[in-house]
Amino acid sequence: MELTTVWFGLIAVLWIGYFCLEGFDFGVGMLLPILAKNDTERRVLINTIGPVWDGNEVWVLVAGGATFAAFPEWYATLFSGFYLPLLLILVALIVRGVAFEYRAKRDDDAWRRNWDLAIIIGSFLPAVLWGVAFANILRGVPIDADMEYVGGFFNLLTPYALLGGATTLLLFLTHGAMFISLKTDGPIRVAARTFALRVGVAAAGVTVAFLLWTQVTTGTVASAAAFILAAVALLGGLAAVRVGREGWGFLGTFVAIALGVAGLFLGLFPDVMPSSLAEGVSLTTTNAAATPYTLKIMTVVAVIFTPVVLVYQGWTYWVFRKRIAVHHIPTRATSGA
Amino acid sequence: MDPTDIARWQFAIITVYHFLFVPITIGLSAMIAGYETAWIRTGNEHWLRLTKFFGKLFLINFALGVVTGIVQEFQFGMNWSDYSRFVGDIFGAPLAVEGLLAFFLESTFLGLWIFGWDRLPAKAHAACMWLVHLGTLFSAYFILAANSWMQHPVGYRFNPQTGRAEMNDFAAVLFNKVQLVTFPHVVLSAYMTGAAFVVGIAFWHLRKASRASKAQDVKLYTRAVRTGAAVLLVAGLGVAASGDVQGKIMTEVQPMKMAAAEGLYDTETSADFSLLTIGSLDGSEEKFAITIPGLLSWLGTGSTDGTVAGINQLREQYQDTYGQDPGEKYYSPGDYTPIIPLTYWTFRIMIGLGLLAAAIAGWILLATRRGRVPQGRLILWSAIALPFLPLFANSFGWIFTEMGRQPWAVFGLMTTAQSVSPGVSTFEAATSLIVLTLIYTVLGVVEVRLLMTYIRRGADEIEPPDESEPGADKPLAFAY
Ligand code: HDD
Ligand code: HEM
Ligand code: HEM
Repeated sequence: MELTTVWFGLIAVLWIGYFCLEGFDFGVGMLLPILAKNDTERRVLINTIGPVWDGNEVWVLVAGGATFAAFPEWYATLFSGFYLPLLLILVALIVRGVAFEYRAKRDDDAWRRNWDLAIIIGSFLPAVLWGVAFANILRGVPIDADMEYVGGFFNLLTPYALLGGATTLLLFLTHGAMFISLKTDGPIRVAARTFALRVGVAAAGVTVAFLLWTQVTTGTVASAAAFILAAVALLGGLAAVRVGREGWGFLGTFVAIALGVAGLFLGLFPDVMPSSLAEGVSLTTTNAAATPYTLKIMTVVAVIFTPVVLVYQGWTYWVFRKRIAVHHIPTRATSGA
Repeated sequence: MDPTDIARWQFAIITVYHFLFVPITIGLSAMIAGYETAWIRTGNEHWLRLTKFFGKLFLINFALGVVTGIVQEFQFGMNWSDYSRFVGDIFGAPLAVEGLLAFFLESTFLGLWIFGWDRLPAKAHAACMWLVHLGTLFSAYFILAANSWMQHPVGYRFNPQTGRAEMNDFAAVLFNKVQLVTFPHVVLSAYMTGAAFVVGIAFWHLRKASRASKAQDVKLYTRAVRTGAAVLLVAGLGVAASGDVQGKIMTEVQPMKMAAAEGLYDTETSADFSLLTIGSLDGSEEKFAITIPGLLSWLGTGSTDGTVAGINQLREQYQDTYGQDPGEKYYSPGDYTPIIPLTYWTFRIMIGLGLLAAAIAGWILLATRRGRVPQGRLILWSAIALPFLPLFANSFGWIFTEMGRQPWAVFGLMTTAQSVSPGVSTFEAATSLIVLTLIYTVLGVVEVRLLMTYIRRGADEIEPPDESEPGADKPLAFAY
C-alpha cells in the first residue's frame, strides 16, 4: 500500500479516536444542565471525565499535527479556509478546559455558575461545529487552483452541513449520556439511562438521514457497509441501554461513532478536500502529501508509539473504573493536590 | 494594518503568552516530583506538604498552559498557511511527534497524578509526576527542534518543482547544532523559572511563619527556600554557560542577529559589549555607553580579540547572497536589519534579569544557612520579585531570538511576509487577534487572582490518615 494511503488511514484513526473519546466529554459537558439538579450532582458528572478529558483532547492535537506532517497542503488549506469556525472551536476549547480546572477552586456560587456556562457552551459549540466542518470537507468547498479556499463563512452553512452538525451534536449527547450511566450510581445513573434512550432515538433518526445523504452524494460500497454497521451498532446500543445493559449501550454509541467517521473517510478517499469549483483542483492524498521520506519516518514513529499511548490511556480508564455517586464527592473542594 | 501585521501581532502575543506558563510547568513539575520522591525516601511529612502545596499551584498554571497550547497547534495553518505549505514536510514532523510522544504522556499521567492519590501506590504516584516532567522535556525538545530549523535550516533540499522545502535527513533536523544548545538553554531557564517560583512564595511564608513563631512551618518553608534557591543557582550557571555557546553559534549562523544585539554598525576586532547605551542606536551620533572591553568578541567568537561583523558589512553581504530584502516593507528599517533598539535591549534585559535572579538565589542561600531566617526588607522584596525575573527573562529572550531573525521566517529561505495565509481577510485575522487577546487577558486576571488566593493559604496540614479499611466506599481523595 502507498504510504499516503496509510497516512490517510492513520489520520482517520486519529479523528475516530478523537470523536469516540472527546465525544462523550462533550456530551457530559452539555448534559450538566439536563441531568444534574444541584452542585453536587454537577460535580458528579464533571468528575466522571475529570482524569481523562485532557488526554482525550490530545487526539485532536495529534490529528492536527499529523495532518501538518503528512499532508501539509491539506493542513494549510483546511485551517486557513475554515478560519472562523476553527476560531470558535478554539475559543470553546479554551474556556472549557480552564473551566474544569478552576470551577471548584473557589467556594462561590456565581463563580461556579459562570464556569458551568463555559463548560456547557464550550462543549456545545465544538460538538456542532466539528460536524459542520466534516460535512463541508466531504461535500467539497470552493478551492481554487492554488489550493486556497475562496469561499466565505456562510458558504459553510449549507443544509447538508447543518445536518452534519445536528448529527454530531445528537450523537455526542447520546454518547455522553451512555457514559454517565456507565460511570455513575444512584438517581443520576437512572436519569442518564432514560435520557440516553430518548435523545438516542432522535440521534438515530438524524444520523441515518445524514449518512444516507452522504452515501448518495459521495458514497462507495465500503462506506455503505460502514454506515450500515454504524446504524446497527447505534440501534443495538439503544436496545441494550433500554434493558439496563449500560456497558453494551456505551459500546454501541462508541462503535457507531467510530464506524460512522470511518465511513466518511472511506467516502472521501482518495480526495482529502474536494473542490466544488472544478474536478482537477481537488486536494488528494497524492497532491497534498508530504514526501515519501517524511512519511516513512512518521510511519516508524507512529507504529512504535501509538500502541504505547493506547496502553497507558487504556490503563487510566482501568484505574478510574469505579462508578461515582453523590456520596463520593468530598464536601469542600479538596483541591488537595 | 494588513493581515501580515495582524498575524505577526497575534503570533507574538499568543506565543509569548503561552511561554509564560510553559517554563513554570517544566520547572515546577521537576521540583514537585523531587519533593514527592523525597517524601517517599524519608517519610518526612514536610516534603508531602510541599508536594501538595506546589501541586495545587502547578495545576492552576498548567490549565492555561494547555489551552494556550491548543491555539499554537492550529495557528500555523490558520495564519501562516503559505509557511505551512512550504515547510510542512519538515516542520510538521516534529510537531506531530511532539503530540504523540509528549502531550499524551503529560495529560494522561497528570490526570493519574491529580486523581490518583488514593488509587495508586505511593511510588507509582510519584512516578506519574516524573512522567509528566519527561513529557514536558519531550515537548520542549521537539518544538525547539522545529524552531531551531527555522533559525538554521538543515537536513532538507529545495524542490523547484513543488516549490517546497523537503526533508532528506531527519537526524540532521533533530540534532541541528542550534537545537543542541537551544534545548539545554531553554530547559535550564525553565528550571530557573520553576525554582524561582518556589523560592519567592516559600520565602514570603517563611517570614510569616517566623514572625508567628511557628517552628514547624519555619522548617518546612526553609526546606523549600533552600532547595529552590540551590536549583535556581545551579540552573542559572548552566543557562549562562549554554547561552555563551549559543552566542557563538548564532554569530556563525545568523551574524546579523549578533550585530543587532550590540547595535554594532561596523565590523570590529576586539569588539566591546555595552551594558547600556544612552542616545540613539542608529549609529548616526555619539552616544553614551558603559562598555566592557572585548566582551562582544568573546561572546561571539570565544576570544576577546576576535572579529565581529558589523551591520553595514553584513547588509551588503546579505544583499549579495539573497538579493534585495523582500521583507523590507515589514521588518527591516534598513535592508535585512532587525529593529536594533529592540534586539539591543531585549538581549540585555534577558541576561540582566537572569543574572540578577541567580545572584538573589545565592544571597538567599547564604542568608538562610543553618536555619537562619533573615529579617531584612530588601531580601524579602528581592524574594518576592524573584519569580518574575527568570519568567520575563524568558519572554525577552524569545522576543530577541525571533525578532532578531527578521525579516526571515525561515532563515535564508522564506520571509515572514511570504509566510502568511493569502486567503485570510483582514477582518478574519483581526477578529481572531481581538477575540484571543481579550480572552487571554481575562483568563490571565482570573489565574493570577486564583494563584494569589492559594499562595496566601499556604501549605495545608496533612490530614490524619484515613482509618477506614481499604476498599471502603470513601469519598474521592480529589474532585473537581
Ligand atoms: C531564564 C531565562 C534566560 C536567561 C537567564 C538567559 N537566557 Fe538566553 N534565552 C532564553 C532565556 C534565558 C530563552 C527565552 O529561552 C531563549 C529564547 C530562544 C532560545 O533559544 O532561548 C534565549 C535565547 C538566547 C540567545 C539567542 C539564540 C539564537 O537566537 O540563536 C542567546 C545568544 C542567549 N540566549 C544567550 C544568553 C546568555 C549569554 C545568557 C546569560 C549569561 C542568557 N542567554 C541568559
Ligand atoms: C515559545 C516561545 C516562543 C516565543 C515567545 C516566540 C515569540 C515570537 C515572536 C515575538 C516573534 C516575532 C513576531 C513579529 O515578528 O512580530 C515570533 C515570530 C515567529 N516565531 Fe516564534 N516564538 C517562540 C517559539 C517559536 C516556535 C517554537 C516556533 C516554531 C515552532 C516559532 C515560530 C515563529 C514564526 C513562524 C514566526 C514568524 C511570524 C512573525 O514574525 O510574527 N516560534 N515568535
Ligand atoms: C509555537 C510553537 C508551539 C506549539 C505549536 C505548541 C503546542 C502546544 C500544545 C498544543 C500544548 C497543549 C498540550 C496539552 O493539551 O496537553 C502545549 C503545551 C506545552 N508546550 Fe507548547 N507549543 C509551542 C511552543 C512551545 C515551546 C517553545 C515550548 C518549550 C520550550 C513548549 C513546551 C510546552 C510544554 C512543556 C507544554 C505542556 C505544559 C503546559 O501546558 O504548560 N511549547 N504546547
